[in-house]
Amino acid sequence: MNTRELGDVILRVDNISLSFGVMKVLDDISFDVRKGEIRSIIGPNGAGKSSMLNVINGFYHPQQGSITFKGNTRRQMAPHVAASQGIARTFQNIALFKGMSTLDNIMTGRNLKMKTNLFWQALHVGPARTEELENREAAERIIDFLDIQAIRKKPVGKLPYGLQKRVELGRALAAEPELLLLDEPMAGMNSEEKEDMCRFILDVNSEFGTTITLIEHDMGVVMDLSDRVLVLDYGKQLADGVPDEVRANQDVIDAYLGVPHEE
Amino acid sequence: MEQDTNLDTFPKLLQSHVKLRPEQAAIREKDLGIWQSWTWAETATEIRALACGLASLGLRRGEKLAIIGDNRPRLYWAMTAAQALGAVPVPLYQDSVADEMAYVLDNADVKIALAEDQEQVDKLLEIRERCPGLGHIIYDDTRGLRTYDYDFLHDFEQVQRAGVEYDQQHEGFYEREIEAGHGGEVSITLYTSGTTGNPKGVVLSNDNVIVTARNGIVREGLTSREEVLAYLPMAWVGDNLFSYAQSYVAGFCVSCPENASTVANDLREIGPTYYFAPPSIYENMLTQVMIRMEDAAAIKRRMFDYFMAHARRVGVRILNREPVSLKDSLLYRLGDILVYGPLKDVLGLRRTRLAYTAGEAIGPDIFDFYRSLGINIKQLYGQTECMVFICVQPDGEVYADTVGTPAIDVEIRVEDDGEIMYRSPGVFQAYYKNPESTASTKTDDGWVHTGDAGFFDEATGHLKIIDRARDVGKLNDGTLFAPKYIENKLKFFSFIKEAVLFGNARDYSTAFINIDLDAVGNWAERRNIAYTGYIDLASQAAVYDLIKECVDKVNRDISEDRQLANSQIRRFLILHKELDADDGELTRTRKVRRGFVGERYDKLVEALYSGQDQCHIETEVTFEDGRRGKLSADVRIVDAEVYPSPAETRGAAA
Repeated sequence: MNTRELGDVILRVDNISLSFGVMKVLDDISFDVRKGEIRSIIGPNGAGKSSMLNVINGFYHPQQGSITFKGNTRRQMAPHVAASQGIARTFQNIALFKGMSTLDNIMTGRNLKMKTNLFWQALHVGPARTEELENREAAERIIDFLDIQAIRKKPVGKLPYGLQKRVELGRALAAEPELLLLDEPMAGMNSEEKEDMCRFILDVNSEFGTTITLIEHDMGVVMDLSDRVLVLDYGKQLADGVPDEVRANQDVIDAYLGVPHEE
Repeated sequence: MEQDTNLDTFPKLLQSHVKLRPEQAAIREKDLGIWQSWTWAETATEIRALACGLASLGLRRGEKLAIIGDNRPRLYWAMTAAQALGAVPVPLYQDSVADEMAYVLDNADVKIALAEDQEQVDKLLEIRERCPGLGHIIYDDTRGLRTYDYDFLHDFEQVQRAGVEYDQQHEGFYEREIEAGHGGEVSITLYTSGTTGNPKGVVLSNDNVIVTARNGIVREGLTSREEVLAYLPMAWVGDNLFSYAQSYVAGFCVSCPENASTVANDLREIGPTYYFAPPSIYENMLTQVMIRMEDAAAIKRRMFDYFMAHARRVGVRILNREPVSLKDSLLYRLGDILVYGPLKDVLGLRRTRLAYTAGEAIGPDIFDFYRSLGINIKQLYGQTECMVFICVQPDGEVYADTVGTPAIDVEIRVEDDGEIMYRSPGVFQAYYKNPESTASTKTDDGWVHTGDAGFFDEATGHLKIIDRARDVGKLNDGTLFAPKYIENKLKFFSFIKEAVLFGNARDYSTAFINIDLDAVGNWAERRNIAYTGYIDLASQAAVYDLIKECVDKVNRDISEDRQLANSQIRRFLILHKELDADDGELTRTRKVRRGFVGERYDKLVEALYSGQDQCHIETEVTFEDGRRGKLSADVRIVDAEVYPSPAETRGAAA
């Protein structure tokens, strides 16, 4: 897995710094994501992992630095613009519509793909109808892909946590993103659920060619899954490279095991 | 146009349906949330392409094609495709771990394997080196397999494309191959899991399968309009009969569920007219209904209770077309509108004309529940060795404790030692490469030992099964010990999922109990009993009390039977884990492997007989993917109430 060829750079992050008041959350971070790879960001709690994702999809606005996505450089971008450019994400705390069914939640992920206006949709005729059928088919493919047929019509709020995570991944996939951001996709799961989720992440990557950037603090999972790993610690960039390099990096070992530097 | 009854192979039957009913649906599958169907004509085209594709990969007459996966149209087509070439399909249990698969693939001399998906392909790749005969592997679902780069691994569609080309280059090949097939040729090899030893390959000829299927159709008056849901493992003889052979003979449509977890929903959407389920599924459906009724509003619950009581009183008589009073009949009809109809609809059994159950004894309460709703559920008695049918209950003569009268063309005799033997057109050819077992099971003149003990009931003329002959033993005081009979009584309680009795060559009977996680879990929640999982729930004092009540009731029940009164359960324990086929404790058809369980938990068995009230045990468990882990628990052992038998009370009074 680690030896495969990587594509062109799809996302480049240059010298990003982000502060909340005096709190420096991200300090001069630079890395890139190549097309078709699984790129992980790891680090202890409070390292700035989620903030980094929030910067990428336009939720936070960094004070310094720039982001280049598919050749367009910018410092700020609204989340809906990021979404329309092909970035989708999931959240650490599940953010689904609890009262709606699995199918409807996934259909909301198709929202940006719908082109007809409210008028046609309300009448449910002509182009709106064709469009709805197309989108339903796309949603059904995702349901099939994630093996959640049995909960298609169940309200999401009643599902166990592991399945909700899967539905959330489904909704992100429904947008057919070029870059998928996953915020701790395996948090709170038992080992069997983790294994399933790993399988889905690998399958998404290989079947759809989706580029994936994920955050995780389970080191073992990340090392098996990723092409390249970026390590953050207290907002600083600690290491960046293929899993074997990162694993052997003394700074990373110290940060994770809490061994003081001997200088 | 009538179908020619001389058609003696499945490919020939297929050709006849293409002529008789080309536009009628032959098979259906739910895909992307929509039922997709293939007509008989379309099915024939798919099968032709696949058969020629298999030929292009080198599959020849007499060679074996393994089929591994859930019920899928393509997997059923592969059976006919192999048979068209005169090759033999060998379906495997899809949940087998890699080691079990290796045994069967090697034993059966499988040349090509068709796997449903990546999970099965991975298992095959793991064991490929141990099965030198296994050449090509074909897969149905491409997902996750795009990056696999082996020259022996092929996509199903790619094989079909190669087949179309092969067909064009070899004019008349396909027709000639079908023409060469005949009734005496091997149709299929089915591996029986067996409660002891390695699985055995039961070799069945086309005549065995087709004649038996046709006899079953004639006896029950089945037509080409039946609807059947194919949801039981393809490796099991019953699925081969109900979802394949009888469909090809009668021409009815078979539907494949979306996946294993959607079966209940698919059942409801299809509404089968002809349905088979083992007793555990009927039990489970009833448990679900009862759990949901407890959550229902008071008025609904009252209505349900009232009409169910009425159904219990007259429902079975109405089903048997016996006379009932006008008032009862009208009230039953009202109940049908308000309760029975909607309930049957939820269960997916509203259109069911004929439902079978077999494999285990079914609880009389469960049996009567379905029959009182107007569902014609009947018991049958069968074996892989004769393509299922030995006995079937005739309409209107259905009893909870018999298995009916001999099926068409079946002869039955009961040996002096009580063993049931039969002879029928379905009797298998041999166990594959196992002449010793064949000789000890089948006599030269075609009679087969069932290994079951039983007798013909004088009042009804029906066959009654007592137990597996080899399980029947004696307690140390010389009285009869028939474990299965008592285990079944225990399992009739919804709280008890599985029970294993010990007592042969012991002073008294004891039992291992497996609780039903759904039923007991629900019961615990209603009483605000918190639990973290199976082990925790199984060890709770309140749960022990609950199970003790069940055991006590069974003891009181058997205390009235003079022969069995001594087999009352003195001590029992609730096992800390569910018995599982992956650990070898159950067969793939979920039958307990008594000897193995006794050995594996010998420490617990000894504790049952040594007077200890607690026992620490560590158990190795196998996960679905073949990994192993350890489970440890302190298991409590409890004494049950023992009742005096009527003989004893009389003796004491005298």
